[in-house]
Amino acid sequence: MSRSEALVDAEWVEAHAGDPGVVLVEVDEDTSAYDKGHIRNAIKIDWKKDLQDPVRRDFVDRVGFEKLLSERGIAGDDTVVLYGGNNNWFAAYAYWYFKLYGHHNVKLLDGGRKRWELDSRVLTTDVPERPATTYRAAEQDAALRAKRDEVLDAIGKRNLVDVRSPDEFAGRLLAPAHLPQEQAQRGGHIPTARNVPWSKAANEDGTFRSDEELSTLYGDEAGLDFGKDTIAYCRIGERSAHTWFVLHELLEQPNVKNYDGSWTEYGSLVGVPIELGDAR
Amino acid sequence: MTSPDQTPGDGCGGPAGGVPASAATNTGNQAVVEGRVVRGSAPLSTGYARLLGTGDEFVAEVPLGEDGGFRFFAAPGTWKLRVLAPGGARADRSVSAEYGKVTKVEVTV
Repeated sequence: MSRSEALVDAEWVEAHAGDPGVVLVEVDEDTSAYDKGHIRNAIKIDWKKDLQDPVRRDFVDRVGFEKLLSERGIAGDDTVVLYGGNNNWFAAYAYWYFKLYGHHNVKLLDGGRKRWELDSRVLTTDVPERPATTYRAAEQDAALRAKRDEVLDAIGKRNLVDVRSPDEFAGRLLAPAHLPQEQAQRGGHIPTARNVPWSKAANEDGTFRSDEELSTLYGDEAGLDFGKDTIAYCRIGERSAHTWFVLHELLEQPNVKNYDGSWTEYGSLVGVPIELGDAR
Repeated sequence: MTSPDQTPGDGCGGPAGGVPASAATNTGNQAVVEGRVVRGSAPLSTGYARLLGTGDEFVAEVPLGEDGGFRFFAAPGTWKLRVLAPGGARADRSVSAEYGKVTKVEVTV
């Protein structure tokens, strides 16, 4: 992947949103945003209702993902263009998720819904109808997803990137500052993790910073060893999907995983090491 | 811990449809910064509120509600509130947050 393959801009979307074989998908936690207005021809996916198992803490399985995409009218060879609110957090999460299940032709709208709104581009409440497909997914690609035992084993060996805010990293907050402070049992971060808040990778309008700026950010400033494998985490895995996208898709680092269990899992595990305090 | 009604379950996203400025806030022991954004005499329903720390370090961002409302659960301290609006408009305000208190801000862009 590269920036030109992984990202599209608003002009591209305006020109191609109605093309056969192109499916525009808004992915939000807040699905009322879609209902208030969305980009022409976009369908919606709810990151929680559609992508999470309703009982266990895990993703929907392969069959469930096939059912979802079939119902939404997405075919295996379609170009899926994702966008959403929160600076594309959940769209990046969905991008990673689509890749996990083997849908390779997927792109992000740079800047997502925010840039689109700030540019006063057209939104519609018309919901497109797409005929159902018979979608076939691959088994999950284990090369993209880290689980807790792998994270524990990575301490001191691999790059661990904590993409939460400095206050969450230090243990002063347990969640982003626009949410009530609850969830994990303990605050802090995984020992040896570097703190590179996801927001440093984005411009104020939600677009991604340039490759040169991103390379400097993670390499020279944060001190990541690009010769090592990397695991990114946050609180529930969506902000770290944004960073996974930057490292794996834009900077083309080969071995980057997203730990979607993230701090809500790690910070509640019994007996695991935790560090407190600001980044050094 | 307490959860205001407008807050989503366990995600990191903004509250559904933004936060109505009129919504009641149960602060518990949280440090809340909330308010409303207006353009002219009307609420600004399309725009974003960002909370920034020292050196304009990003802390959090929410979309504005239908009535221009926003809400943050911050750490105690002094923050910069920045509003982004269509057409390149923006406004900055200095705000303080402390546990158990709701700090109210009205911003005009």
